[in-house]
Amino acid sequence: MRLAEAWRVALDALRANRMRSVLTMLGVIIGVASVVILVAIGTGTKQKVEQQVEGLGSNLLLVVPGKIDVGNAPVVSPLDLKDVDAVTRVVGDPGRVAVTVASGATARAGNRSDFTTVQGVLETTPAVFTRSLARGRYLTGADVDTSRRVAVLGASVARALFPDRDPLGQQVALAGVRFRVIGVFAPLGQSLGVDRDDEVHIPVTAAQRLWGTQRIDGIAVKAPDRERIGELGDRIVAELSRRHPDTEFSAVTQQQILGVLGDILGVLTGVLAAIAGISLLVGGVGVSNIMLVSVRERTREIGLRKAVGARPRDIGVQFLLEAVLLTSIGGLTGMALGVGTALLVDAVSPIPAAITWWSLALAFGVSAAVGIVFGVVPAQRAGRLDPVVALRAE
Amino acid sequence: MTLPAGVPAIEAVDVSRTYELDGVSVPALRGVSLTIDPGEYVAVIGPSGSGKSTLMHLLGGLDRPTGGRLVIGGRDVATLSAPELAMLRNQTIGFVFQAFHLLPRTSAVDNVALPLVYRGIGARQRRERAAAMLGRVGLGHRLDHRPNQLSGGEQQRVAIARALVTDPAVLLADEPTGNLDTVTGEAVLELLERLNAESGVALVMVTHDQEVAARARRRIAVRDGLIRSDTLHDRPLSGVGRGPATLDDAPSAEPRFASGRGPGHPSGGSGGAAGATGRLSGSSEAVPGGAG
Ligand SMILES: Nc1ncnc2c1ncn2[C@@H]1O[C@H](COP(=O)(O)OP(=O)(O)OP(=O)(O)O)[C@@H](O)[C@H]1O
Ligand SMILES: [Mg+2]
Repeated sequence: MRLAEAWRVALDALRANRMRSVLTMLGVIIGVASVVILVAIGTGTKQKVEQQVEGLGSNLLLVVPGKIDVGNAPVVSPLDLKDVDAVTRVVGDPGRVAVTVASGATARAGNRSDFTTVQGVLETTPAVFTRSLARGRYLTGADVDTSRRVAVLGASVARALFPDRDPLGQQVALAGVRFRVIGVFAPLGQSLGVDRDDEVHIPVTAAQRLWGTQRIDGIAVKAPDRERIGELGDRIVAELSRRHPDTEFSAVTQQQILGVLGDILGVLTGVLAAIAGISLLVGGVGVSNIMLVSVRERTREIGLRKAVGARPRDIGVQFLLEAVLLTSIGGLTGMALGVGTALLVDAVSPIPAAITWWSLALAFGVSAAVGIVFGVVPAQRAGRLDPVVALRAE
Repeated sequence: MTLPAGVPAIEAVDVSRTYELDGVSVPALRGVSLTIDPGEYVAVIGPSGSGKSTLMHLLGGLDRPTGGRLVIGGRDVATLSAPELAMLRNQTIGFVFQAFHLLPRTSAVDNVALPLVYRGIGARQRRERAAAMLGRVGLGHRLDHRPNQLSGGEQQRVAIARALVTDPAVLLADEPTGNLDTVTGEAVLELLERLNAESGVALVMVTHDQEVAARARRRIAVRDGLIRSDTLHDRPLSGVGRGPATLDDAPSAEPRFASGRGPGHPSGGSGGAAGATGRLSGSSEAVPGGAG
């Protein structure tokens, strides 16, 4: 029997049992759709996070105590502002060096309050991290030098504390100490469910006084050129190690952060795909089940086909194609459903989703393969039926 | 299908078939020898359970003997693989069953074309040949009817068209009128006899009806898995468009085995007439099979 003919026969058989075919496909549809949707969410999240890290600029170098790796506990920093001066000498340009000392604190204005992250920073932060303001101005060198109690609010904090008035010039109490609002950041949005606009910047000197510490948590450097960014990192680490022989330091680039994040999110996507894959497997078992029922129901047809000259292979191929057709049509439908849902999720919810060709190809390939794997047993059973016995079946 | 001259369509030598049922051996056929020549008209009779259907399945290559030698269309089935046997069935044998066995939800013309599908013939030619065959069984106006839109007699005629669309050497009909009323059954019977006479296909038909069996040139009686008699009747009863009928045919019966198949037996050829005349050489009333 020609293959084109076999396809037609298989399609006819599915059409003859339309309701059952659709119900059988449902398992595959749901399985494939969930693979597509979950992989899209995993991929979308990864892309968005990577975009945000890339937004930091490829020349960025983060210098922190300890090793940067998955699963490493943070280390208490031995750095202080004298170390920052030393790093600045290595870099040669104070405008390229930013610092942070951060802590959670309650910000209060009038009778409203908001728990947020307060960061002590230098006036260089907007240049190094490419941040822009929506209103007012950022900290100046004079603010830092004189530990002036001025603050720049993240967009969320501004909204929480001053929902109905202009925050500029208003007072906020941070950990009980009053600061004057001089600026508001342009919003950044969310990343991995974290609100990036939930922060308040104050001069690093004021922060250290607020918390009674000399500590600096980390230093960020915007390297002048990309090629020698690694070399610059090595020199900074060498200088800091000389000053603090007991502590290990790391200088990581955006590429390295992307690598680590990519690993984490890749695993996440894989886990999501595997969970969805299980439902696809369940759909495949359903196909197998229905095919066995179909073989039993059509025993007489099989006997007749054999009587008029169908070879065992012809019958086997017919039933195998039927199973493959079931899962392929189900797969295509599931793909359409998955793509539609993923696009919808991306458009109307904060969860990012991105369709990738490989996930579609994989989902379709897997569903067709499921048809083959789960169709083989029923097909073989059909092909091996004794025609005399089959013709007698009722 | 045209067989080489002198080759019988089917030859069975001491063929037996034993079923194993829960460890118990059930001998359905216990050593049967017979030859079906091209163009013959053979009636198989015998009580229920005597092994008639088993014999038909074996003769058609639908089943394999557990003993003896079975040669279909010049090929020993013991030497054939399952797919080879399937192709042999497709090319040499046409089956007509008591229960019609048409595919539901499939039009008459597609049912008839089914055997051609397994020959790899293209859709257009299949339809042409199937339509022509349906015309020959008088259903040229029912091509696109489904089985459930046809009467029992019409369904059986579709099944007959399906059996003959491949131009087989032998048509095996197992109680083809068993599910039909007398009048309809008679029409189907006449159709089978006409096709046997016209196209030279050998017709082997199982029947419970002695009167029906009496219309055949050759009668094989099966009992307890053995052939009890295999006789030729040179004065057939009334058939379609045949000569004057003689009701009493028993006295003229001659044992089939007695006539044997001597060397240089002139049977073969493609026409029923040649086979019948050859086998009955010396007989006074040879029937020209081509007449009709
Ligand atoms: N698949 C089988 N397994 C076991 N025994 C079987 C099988 N098929 C047939 N038989 C037995 O073989 C014997 C012959 O059966 P068969 O069907 O050939 O009879 P038959 O002459 O066609 O009868 P009927 O006139 O009722 O159709 C019976 O005793 C039957 O029970
Ligand atoms: Mg029977």
